Amino acid sequence: MTTHTANAPMDGETPAFYLKEEHHPEGSTMLGFWIYIMSDCLIFAVLFATYAVLGHSYAAGPSPADLFELPLVALNTAMLLFSSITYGFAMLAMEKDNKSGTLMWLTITGIFGALFIFFELYEFYHLILDGAGPQRSAFLSAFFTLVGTHGLHVTTGIVWLITLMVQVGRYGLIAENKRRLMCLSMFWHFLDVVWIGVFSLVYLMGVLG
Amino acid sequence: MFSNPDLYKFIFGRLTLDQIPYHEPILVATFTAVALGGIALLAALTYFRVWGYLWKEWLTSIDHKKIGIMYVVLALIMLLRGFSDALMMRLQQAIAFNGSEGYLPPHHYDQVFTAHGVIMIFFVAMPFVTGLMNLVVPLQIGARDVSFPFLNNFSFWMTTAGAIIIMISLFIGEFAKTGWLAYPPLSGIAYSPDVGVDYYIWGLQVAGIGTTLSGINLIATIVKMRAPGMTFMKMPVFTWTSLCTNILIVASFPILTATLALLTLDRYAGTNFFTNDLGGNPMMYVNLIWIWGHPEVYILILPAFGVFSEVVATFCGKRLFGYASMVYATCVIMILSYLVWLHHFFTMGSGASVNSFFGITTMIISIPTGAKLFNWLFTMYHGRIRYEVPMLWTVGFMVTFTIGGMTGVMLAIPPADFVLHNSLFLIAHFHNVIIGGVLFGMFAGVNYWFPKAFGFKLDPFWGKMSFWFWQIGFWFAFMPLYILGLMGVTRRVSQFDDPSLQIWFVIAAVGAGMIAIGIACFLIQLVVSFMKREELRDHTGDPWNGRTLEWSTSSPPPAYNFAFTPIVYDHDAWWDMKNRGYKRPTEGFIPIHMPKNTGTGVILGVLSIGFAFGMIWYMWWLAAITFVAMIAITIGHTFNYKRDYHIPADEVVKTENERTKQLAGQV
Repeated sequence: MTTHTANAPMDGETPAFYLKEEHHPEGSTMLGFWIYIMSDCLIFAVLFATYAVLGHSYAAGPSPADLFELPLVALNTAMLLFSSITYGFAMLAMEKDNKSGTLMWLTITGIFGALFIFFELYEFYHLILDGAGPQRSAFLSAFFTLVGTHGLHVTTGIVWLITLMVQVGRYGLIAENKRRLMCLSMFWHFLDVVWIGVFSLVYLMGVLG
Repeated sequence: MFSNPDLYKFIFGRLTLDQIPYHEPILVATFTAVALGGIALLAALTYFRVWGYLWKEWLTSIDHKKIGIMYVVLALIMLLRGFSDALMMRLQQAIAFNGSEGYLPPHHYDQVFTAHGVIMIFFVAMPFVTGLMNLVVPLQIGARDVSFPFLNNFSFWMTTAGAIIIMISLFIGEFAKTGWLAYPPLSGIAYSPDVGVDYYIWGLQVAGIGTTLSGINLIATIVKMRAPGMTFMKMPVFTWTSLCTNILIVASFPILTATLALLTLDRYAGTNFFTNDLGGNPMMYVNLIWIWGHPEVYILILPAFGVFSEVVATFCGKRLFGYASMVYATCVIMILSYLVWLHHFFTMGSGASVNSFFGITTMIISIPTGAKLFNWLFTMYHGRIRYEVPMLWTVGFMVTFTIGGMTGVMLAIPPADFVLHNSLFLIAHFHNVIIGGVLFGMFAGVNYWFPKAFGFKLDPFWGKMSFWFWQIGFWFAFMPLYILGLMGVTRRVSQFDDPSLQIWFVIAAVGAGMIAIGIACFLIQLVVSFMKREELRDHTGDPWNGRTLEWSTSSPPPAYNFAFTPIVYDHDAWWDMKNRGYKRPTEGFIPIHMPKNTGTGVILGVLSIGFAFGMIWYMWWLAAITFVAMIAITIGHTFNYKRDYHIPADEVVKTENERTKQLAGQV
C-alpha cells in the first residue's frame, strides 16, 4: 500500500465512521430551481441566437422599423417591470408573515402580468392583420417565436401564481409555501431579465435599423 | 363506417387504415411476435398476480435504486430493437449487389437507419447511463435518495414514454427517413410531409424533458446530499464523472429542445427558420443541433470513464493512479466538448480559419482523454489484477477505444475530413468509440454493480462468452467499414454497383452476427445467474473487495441505503473504513425519514404519449384534452403536502438484525 496517502493512517485509533443522529443535508430546492432556470435560459439563448442570425432576413417583407411601435412596447415593458416590483413587495410581506399582504401584492402582480400578456397579444394581432405574421419571413418567424416564448413563460407564471395564491390562502404561509413563493419569485424576475434582453435587442436595436 | 369525411378527419386526423403497414411482411411478422410476446407477458403477470406488486413496488416507486434498475431494463429492451435494425442493415448491404435490390426497399431502409441511430443514442445509451448513475451515485455519496425523488420517477416515465412513442411508429404510420439528426430542409414539411419526422420530434421532446429534469436532480443530489466529510476532492471518480455528465445534460438538452421546437414550428405553423425560401437557413439547424450533439457524446462517454475508473481500482486492489488528474481531465473534457461542434460539418464551407480553430480544439480533447488512459494503465501497473468480467470489459475498452480515438483525430484534420466526411470511415469511427467506450463501459458497470442491486453475482462463464463475442464481433463488423470508407463508400446507401465491395460488407455482416451471439450470451448470462442465484449469492454486500461507500451496505441495500449516515475521510471511503477497524453498528437505530411513492409520474407519462400521438396525427382534440389533463394533474400533485413518512426504528432494527445474521453466517 505504498500509494496510500498520509491522511488515512493505517494505525492509530478508529475515528467515528457514522453519524449517530439523523443527517439533515441542507435543502436542495433552491439550487435545483436555479439550475432549472439556467437550463431555461439556454432555451432563450437559442432563440436569441436564432434571432441574431435570421433577424435581417426580411425576404422582401417588412423590417423592424416598419413594424414596431415603441410607445406600445414601452407600456408593455412598464407592466412587466411593475409586476417585478410588486412581486418584491409580496416577498417582503411574506417575510413578515403577513398573509393578506402577500396575497394582495400577488394579486397586483398577476394583474400586471395579465396586462403585459394582453398588450403583447394586441401587438401580435395587429401584426398578423397587417400581413406580418410569423410565416412572412425568417425575421418574423424568429421574432414571434422569441417574444411568444417569453409570453408563454409569463402565462405559465400567472397560472403558477394563481395556484400558489390558492395554496397560501388555504394552508397559510407554511415553510413549503414560502419555498414555492421563493421559486416563483426567481422565475418571475428571470422573465424580467429576459425581457430586458428582448426589449433592447429586438425592439430598440430593431427600430434603430 | 363514417359517411361524413369531416367527422372522420376530426376524430382521426390524418390517420387512415392505409397507414397500418399490413402489406409489409417484415412488419407484420414483427408485430405478430411483439403482440404474442406482449399478450404472453400480460397473461403471465396476471396469472402470477404481480400487478399490484409491480405497481406498488416498481412503477410508482421513488426509490433511486429501483428507478435505476428500470432505466437499465428499458435500455436493454431498446438495445434489442436497435440491434435488430443494425442486423437488417448489415444483411441488406451484404446482399444488395449485382443488380439485386436486397430485401429492404429504400423507403424502408431509410427508416431503419434513422430508427437505429435514434434508438441507440436516446433510448439505449442514455437510459443505460442515467440508470447506472441513478443506482450508484446516491450510494456512493452516502445519501438516502436523490434530492427530488418524485422528479426522478417522473423523469423515468417521460423517457419511457418517448421510447414508446418511437416504438408506436413501427406499427402505425412510419418513422423518419432523414437520418438520426433530421437535417432540414429534408425534414421540413415540404420534403417529409408524412408522420415520420413528427414521431421523431415528439418522441425526443418527451424523452428530453425527462433527461433534463433527471440532470438537474442528479446535480443537486451530488452538490447537496454528500455525506459529511466528503469534500469535492473526496468524491469517487464515478460520482465526479456523473456530476460533469449531468452538468453537460442540463447545459445542452435545452438546446435540443429549442432546436426541435423551431423545426416543429416550421412543420406545424409554417414558419421559415430552416426552409429554403423566405429567408430560412438550414445550416442554422445543423449548427444548433451539433451544439447539443457534441456535448451529448461526452454525456455518454464520461460515466463510462467513471465506471472504468472504479473497476480498475477495485480489480487491481490499488488506489486509482492520479485521482486529481482524473478529476481535472474530466472537467476539461466537459468544457472542451462545447468548443468542437463545427467539426461535424467542416464541409459546410465556413472557411479555413474557422475550420482550423475547430480542428485544433478537437485534437486538444485527445490530451485529457489520453491522460485518463495512462492513469488506468498506471493503476494496473504493479497491481494485483483480477480478470473478472468487469475488468475484461475494461481492458477490451482500452484497446478498442484508443483505436477509435486515433481515427477521431484523423477526422479532426479538416482536409482529411473533406475526403472522409459522411463516408463509412466516419461510421466506423463513431461506432468504435460508442461501442468500444460507452457500451463496453455499461457492460462493465452492469457486471460490476449487479450484485449490489440484486444480491447475487452474474455468472462469469456466460459473461466471458458475451465479452469475447462482442469484442471479436466488433472488430469484424467495423474494420471493413474503415476500409470501405477509405475507398470512398458513403453512408446511408442501400444498394451497390461495384461487386468488389461486397466481400467487405459480407465480413461486416459476419461480425454483426457475432455481436448478436454476444448479446444472446448476455441474455443467457442473466437467466443462468438467476437460476444459480443461491450459488452466486453474496451475503457480505462487498463481493469484489470494493473501495467506495456503495459496498459498505447490504446487497441489495435496504430502502434507506444506510442505517446511519457514514462519515468520510478519504475518496476510497469504504477501503479506508475497512483498513481502520470500522465496526458495523448493531444498536441505537432511529426512525428514518423517507419520501412516499406516487403514481403521478406514470399517469403523466401515459398522458404525454396521448398528447404526442394527437400532435403527430393531427388529432387536435386528443392533444388538447391530454395537455389540459397533464397541467391539471401537475397542479393537483402540488396540493399534496404529505409526501414523506418515517420508517419506524423497530423496522430498521429488524432489517439490520437480519443483515447481522447474514454477515455472521458468512464468517
